[in-house]
Amino acid sequence: MRDIAFGQYYPANGILHRLDPRGKILMLITFLVLVFCTSNYYALSVIVASVALIVMLSKVPVRLYFKSLKMIVFIIIFTSILNLFYATGEVVCEFWIFKITREGINNAVFVCVRIICLIFVSSTLTFTTSPTDLTDALERLMKPLTIFHVKVHEIAMMMTIALRFVPLLLEETDKIRSAQKARGADMESGNLIQRIKALIPVLIPLFVSAFRRAYDLAVAMECRCYHGGKGRTRMKSLHFIKRDYITFLVVLLIISGVVLCNVFLPQVAR
Amino acid sequence: MDFITANNVTFSYIDEDEQQLNTENVKQVLDDISFTVKKGEFVALLGHNGCGKSTVAKHLNAMLLPTGGMVYIDGIDTKNEDEDFTIRKKVGLVLQNPDNQLVASVVEEDVAFGPENIGVEPKEIRRRVDLALKAVDMYDYRHQPPHKLSGGQKQRVAIAGIIAMQPQCIVLDEPTAMLDPKGRDEVMNTIKKLNKELNITIVLITHYMNEAVSADRVIVMDEGKILIDGTPQNVFSQVELLKRHRLDVPQVTELCYNLRSCGVEIDTLCLHTDECIEKLLEVLR
Repeated sequence: MRDIAFGQYYPANGILHRLDPRGKILMLITFLVLVFCTSNYYALSVIVASVALIVMLSKVPVRLYFKSLKMIVFIIIFTSILNLFYATGEVVCEFWIFKITREGINNAVFVCVRIICLIFVSSTLTFTTSPTDLTDALERLMKPLTIFHVKVHEIAMMMTIALRFVPLLLEETDKIRSAQKARGADMESGNLIQRIKALIPVLIPLFVSAFRRAYDLAVAMECRCYHGGKGRTRMKSLHFIKRDYITFLVVLLIISGVVLCNVFLPQVAR
Repeated sequence: MDFITANNVTFSYIDEDEQQLNTENVKQVLDDISFTVKKGEFVALLGHNGCGKSTVAKHLNAMLLPTGGMVYIDGIDTKNEDEDFTIRKKVGLVLQNPDNQLVASVVEEDVAFGPENIGVEPKEIRRRVDLALKAVDMYDYRHQPPHKLSGGQKQRVAIAGIIAMQPQCIVLDEPTAMLDPKGRDEVMNTIKKLNKELNITIVLITHYMNEAVSADRVIVMDEGKILIDGTPQNVFSQVELLKRHRLDVPQVTELCYNLRSCGVEIDTLCLHTDECIEKLLEVLR
């Protein structure tokens, strides 16, 4: 369970690490929209080129990016194959009841490339931004929602605590699992239902201890004068500086590149 | 001047686990406890599990309020609800489990948590965080996530988180109970340093006799009452009384005590190993 690469922070000293996390989140959203706005191979190649640039700039080993793909390789293959056969139009080749059309091939390529780009770009955000920066930025970006009575500070605090306790609870799960194994619990054999049932003796102690931890944490937080977001200051304040504005310019360039390709170059048959 | 004053404090609660129709389910945790702690003093609070030590700790920063009697912190009554945060700024509480009291996933962010809550200016928070981390020798680890630190280091970060709020007193509730010997030494040295150099009043709750020895004063509790209150020398010389209440004395003290009861002439019961070695050498000569 430890080697989930997706959503992990990779400390390095790249330019992307130093950018304002708020800007990075906004750029990620722009990119996600952009990826789905591509309507021909030229626009798609602009996206692929910029994703390659981003991956290079992130100073994170490419190996890690592919590791984060591993989890969804199945989804990519599945949707690609589905798209390959599930389209009507000019038939390229045919066997038995399957027909592969030109449109199907196009769809499959688009879906495949889009998903890979999505994963790469969002992994870049989590690889280059520490979890605390991320929750911090989210809290600030969602601040306007407070007028709709969304409890932004509370949500951000919950995320911070969740991030803090995930490694702890993972470690604890391992410990409890070993302890139950030492008592003769069998977790590796049997069919799916039996194995799920075998997890119950792990989950119950885990829950009990999580509640105990929660109680302790609440006491500790109260001792440190925590009383919600009211009147609270932050040690780190975020400011956009020159390098953030330059990055925004680059993103703007990519957007216009994609839009130009979409508008002036022929659409792909799909 | 007395910083903490506890006058005839009692604390009881209704045990809801055994809610039967008898009056037996009222649990008396603290029974008429009175003591004072002076500014800058290092007090150790000793006792068995369940003797009410932790309950005392939570009374000192208004986490719990006495059912009877009064607790004053720097002249403020803890029952005054408006002053809760004033009291908690003055008295910081460090708990037993280092994992459960760290909030953020970066060391320096966690230390900043307290000052952030009380609305300190960002620049001042930065300054306090750096000072606090240097005071516990954890400055080099400020960018690390807590789960990569050892138990002793985590506990020192928790102490730094309290120091950053600039309290006058720190109450530590068995801070070393879950640590290995190395971590225990680290934390004890930090506590002694804070007491000596920053003149912070320390109330250390522990069941390790060796830790209590380094305090200025030792208060021994048993079944919700104060048994003895005095200097370590004074307290640990009452070996019979402590034994009767199933409490230990430091190993060297016990050695001296046993030697003396076998007829060896030792005038004082030693508390420290070095002291004991010298005494024994004297006797052997």
